[in-house]
Amino acid sequence: MAPHSLPPADPRHHVAQVNIARALAPIDAPALRGFVEGLAPINALADRSPGFVWRLQTEAGDATAIRPYEDERVMVNLSVWRSLPELWDFVYATEHLDVMRRRREWFERMETYLALWWVPAGTLPTVEEAKDRLERLQRGGPGPQAFTFRNPWAPPVAAV
Amino acid sequence: MSVEPAVPDLAEQMASIAALAEPLRRALYLHVVAQHRPVSRAEAAAAQGVPRTVAAFHLDKLVEAGLLQVSHARTTGRSGPGAGRPAVLYSRAERHHELSIPARAYGLAARLLADAVDEAGADRALHAVAEREGERQGREEAGAGAGIDAVAAALERRGYEPVREGGRVWSRNCPFHELSRDNPPIVCGMNLALLTGVVRGLGASGLQVRMEPAPGRCCVSISNMD
Repeated sequence: MAPHSLPPADPRHHVAQVNIARALAPIDAPALRGFVEGLAPINALADRSPGFVWRLQTEAGDATAIRPYEDERVMVNLSVWRSLPELWDFVYATEHLDVMRRRREWFERMETYLALWWVPAGTLPTVEEAKDRLERLQRGGPGPQAFTFRNPWAPPVAAV
Repeated sequence: MSVEPAVPDLAEQMASIAALAEPLRRALYLHVVAQHRPVSRAEAAAAQGVPRTVAAFHLDKLVEAGLLQVSHARTTGRSGPGAGRPAVLYSRAERHHELSIPARAYGLAARLLADAVDEAGADRALHAVAEREGERQGREEAGAGAGIDAVAAALERRGYEPVREGGRVWSRNCPFHELSRDNPPIVCGMNLALLTGVVRGLGASGLQVRMEPAPGRCCVSISNMD
């Protein structure tokens, strides 16, 4: 169950989430097969999880073709959820936890790899915005514009 | 996870734990906890063979001490005016209580170590260490039986509060709960490795130890392989 410290849902705002990781091998290499095979079921799980709103994907059905940085190996995940507790529950209290447990088999750990922020309900973030939020987090640590599960921020009082 | 640097003073630490010193009160507490659902005054009183008012007095002291929490519900199935007041029900409070003399701050140390493992990407090393330790423990405990019963007993000894469901065991309590909220991949991964080792050390074969997270319970389940 999500930690009590996470702010509850706010109907005027949704939470956007970005995470990046550097794959240890090209996506079609045998080393990444375990990860690739799990993509479709885990994405389907996200789609039907409580609080899920949207996730970044190409026609292939996931975001693995997208390269937000010059580094060919860095992949991105971008999604929107109704609340922090619901996002937390998907990430850590479902089958997705096992993917997280095994991530080092497939990905390097990057210094700033996850950022969360509030968007007005009904709007979607872009990859550029997501990169900006990661950079803010890297530069200034957690704050209202970019935060983490461990240092969360409540949604703004006035609509963003 | 709250890792406040200041250690609570002795009186504060004592307050909750002292509430359990009285034998009847302790028995009532243990009874409530063992039911794993909210318990009424009447039920607790009957279980200990004492009057309802005596049970209520002790149960309320336990609530005051932060060891139990109160909820309300109708136990008779009636509703609407004239149905009577909802019953007061007791269940284990979520707060963790600890007595540490001399002062110890293992929670802080654990979080720092877990964070260091995470930042260094040293998950594999942690899993290896945990599995080795689990196996060492299991070997020391190995006895006559080596099936799911032995595993459930091993989990019970470790405070996991296991639940048997046919050929499967899951656990109500995570011994690393607060730490696991801070970093589930690292801590739950450690737990999985530890229990994998314990099961192997016990000599239990034909059992599958796997991640099966669900809200409000330990992320690991152990079952007979089908």
